[in-house]
Amino acid sequence: MAQLFSNLLQIDWSTQWPMVIMWIIGGVLIYLAVKKNMEPTLLLPMGFGAILVNLPFSGAVTQVGAEEGPIDVLFNAGIANELFPLLLFIGIGAMIDFGPLLSNPKMMLFGAAAQFGIFFTLSLASFLGFELKDAASIAIIGAADGPTSIFVSQFFKSNYVGPIIIAAYSYMALVPIIQPAVIKLCTTKKERMIRMPYRPKSVSKTTKILFPIIITVVAGIFAPKSVALVGFLMFGNLIRECGVLNSLSESAQHELANLVTLLLGLTVSTKMQWQYFLRWETLMIMGLGLIAFIFDTAGGVIFAKVLNIFLKEKINPMVGAAGISAFPMSSRVVHKMGLAEDPQNFLLMHAAAANVSGQIASVVAGGLILTLVEI
Amino acid sequence: MFNVDALLDSLPIMGLGMLGIFIVIGIIMGIIWILSKVFPVKQNETKESK
Repeated sequence: MAQLFSNLLQIDWSTQWPMVIMWIIGGVLIYLAVKKNMEPTLLLPMGFGAILVNLPFSGAVTQVGAEEGPIDVLFNAGIANELFPLLLFIGIGAMIDFGPLLSNPKMMLFGAAAQFGIFFTLSLASFLGFELKDAASIAIIGAADGPTSIFVSQFFKSNYVGPIIIAAYSYMALVPIIQPAVIKLCTTKKERMIRMPYRPKSVSKTTKILFPIIITVVAGIFAPKSVALVGFLMFGNLIRECGVLNSLSESAQHELANLVTLLLGLTVSTKMQWQYFLRWETLMIMGLGLIAFIFDTAGGVIFAKVLNIFLKEKINPMVGAAGISAFPMSSRVVHKMGLAEDPQNFLLMHAAAANVSGQIASVVAGGLILTLVEI
Repeated sequence: MFNVDALLDSLPIMGLGMLGIFIVIGIIMGIIWILSKVFPVKQNETKESK
């Protein structure tokens, strides 16, 4: 009988009590996923994982003098070498239709402008005392792109991988709350009512096939460290657009993306052990992530307002906010806001083009950070 | 706690990063423009899409 309870008796609650806080955090993540439908594919495995790895002497993670835990095995096999985020990028690439962007390429400028939050946050995090590699990893939360956040923070071997990933996915789910507030703060009602007629242009199949190949080559030349990120994203898009690999494209969009997401969420939880997670820096990272999102949105909106000074046919500045990578939430938010101001103002296709370009620009931004920040 | 030197060191990264993004995006826009000129939509493609 005593053997049954030996583990319980060995727990030193005076030092181990913080694990209870992690159970609560795990519970909150599961609640947000199930009840609020916030990024459930990731927050639910992460929430469960947070409980799993914070159990006393948990066999899920490596304990002193014991065999390597399965979560740590998965981490070393899939995240430490950046494999899982790259595989996920194949699925994301297969999901994205670059058509609206190819028919209206000037929208790409908003994708670039809306990465401002990343670089602003990098400086702010440095100012607040984070090491440059950690500041860069925190800043990339502003990419609004989970796999890029994981890739960059893992590349820099950041000490804050867990909080960074939680922040990245939480704020992506909060786009419908964060963006409208920032957009309203940066624009007037008159600006939000600017109508943008949509003149669709057809794009040839050859263009759609060559686009991902050429982008990979360009990214490889300018930011070689980003070529894995861009390349896997564009490979996914190529199998979508080539027209002869439909079953592979379907598999990438569904089975591959789902499987990797499942493992990713659970595996990331190894960085949610209370010893690594319960630090005051975690709160700072959450705050900095929010700042990155706010300045990304403001960057895109203000850039559109500046462009309007020179343009005859004005752009609705809200479209600039869709330049962040959170696809397709951001374009839906902008479209809804446009309709709320004027029921005849349909901004969806313009916003979708900016949003898709944000996906490319965020990966490029990640690559540039890898290139510019020396380890 | 506040590290002004680190802030000053990071400013060039901010400038170069934003410049770099606009350059790369500008090049991509140019590529899209060239692709649309070199490979315009064929008539049968338009019919298919309809």
